[in-house]
Amino acid sequence: MSLFDYLVQHRVDVALRTLQHLGLVGVSVGIAVTLGVPFGIIVARHLQFRTPVLAVANVLQTIPSLALFGLLLAVPVIGLGARNAIIALVAYSLLPIIRNTYAGISGVDPAVREAAQGMGMTDWQLLRMVELPLAAPVMLAGVRVAAVIGVGITTIAAAIGAGGLGVFIFRGLSMVDNSVIMAGAVPAALLALLVDGGLHLIERKLDWRVR
Amino acid sequence: MSEPAIELRQAGYSLNGTRLIGPLNLQIERGETLVLLGESGSGKTTTLKLINRLLDPTEGEVVVEGRSTIDWDPVRLRRRIGYVIQEVGLLPHLSVAGNVGLVPRLEKWSSQRRHDRVEELLRLVGLPPGEFRDRQPHELSGGQRQRVGVARALAVDPPILLCDEAFGAVDPVTRADLQGEFKLLAEALSKTVVFVTHDVREALALATRIAVFTHGVVPFIGTVDEFRIDNTAAVAALRELQ
Repeated sequence: MSLFDYLVQHRVDVALRTLQHLGLVGVSVGIAVTLGVPFGIIVARHLQFRTPVLAVANVLQTIPSLALFGLLLAVPVIGLGARNAIIALVAYSLLPIIRNTYAGISGVDPAVREAAQGMGMTDWQLLRMVELPLAAPVMLAGVRVAAVIGVGITTIAAAIGAGGLGVFIFRGLSMVDNSVIMAGAVPAALLALLVDGGLHLIERKLDWRVR
Repeated sequence: MSEPAIELRQAGYSLNGTRLIGPLNLQIERGETLVLLGESGSGKTTTLKLINRLLDPTEGEVVVEGRSTIDWDPVRLRRRIGYVIQEVGLLPHLSVAGNVGLVPRLEKWSSQRRHDRVEELLRLVGLPPGEFRDRQPHELSGGQRQRVGVARALAVDPPILLCDEAFGAVDPVTRADLQGEFKLLAEALSKTVVFVTHDVREALALATRIAVFTHGVVPFIGTVDEFRIDNTAAVAALRELQ
């Protein structure tokens, strides 16, 4: 069967797996932003935390995904499935998000920060009205990297029963059927491009430099 | 005589055991423009930051409007002090109106009142509001940015203005224009101004009195006329540069 025929025949299944894939990435990146942005802010404000926090995030990033899924598998409350995949994906997403939040905030022109303090902004106002808006494009670039990496890693998460487009890839591998492999691989690749392009558009919208 | 707007009493600032300025005794009267004149690194900017409490003195005290800066809530204090710095520090993600109206926004003014105030201030600094209010900072020339910086500092009508090399980044012709207009403005609004510069000509153009800074101390303070005839080594050296 050709790839096209397979896709037509299994269109509902492919569509559901695509949504599942997107869902896993969305939830993980969402959690990673919730955790990573505050960490990035803390690191930017208190440089003594920079080395340890970035080191931990870096180490997490270097663990091969299949190995991390395997390690998490051994933890009783995690086990197989989506929970395992989401924890691993959050771990991978943290580094680009923390690093870019830190870079974005520390990249704010000191003259701007001084002027903002000089006009009587509280710490919170400085963060909310000056630092975060100015850092937003850089922070979002980190989110974009995290999401694109996430789309890739999620294909492997099918191996631990988390679902997503990887299901077709592993199924195709065991059936030695290229069409089935491609039915997972092609949509996954397109998804990565779409996520990248979409977030890039938002990034440009937020970018005060191109207004 | 009424109490001075700002007073430094034996004030000094040390960092890691090195004394950067002081001990300084200065009285800045209401409505006067005191120019802090000296080379870079002589402690002028540090002194300015002691006044709006971006720094706390490590010895002595700085008294603003009768109260020591350490007794002021820094946010309240700074809202009573306009601050203009060399790179202006306009927020690059906000329009001209957004920048000028920022402190009124922090003070929770209504949007109508803010709008009117922004128009008034832009006219005051010579920028037609219709043309400028919606521009982004990067669409302005250096001189226009400085004007916006001054307008922003005046936004909630603070009695005191601190200017740190406020016109340092613009060409000489624009600079002379800005100096002339600034002097008229400060007098018309009867602001107490502390103006930091390393430019003797600028000091002579703006000052009611000049305080000369060298290595964190003030060997001379006096009127422009006194500055012209003073024989202190530091003053003579500065006059040479003119």
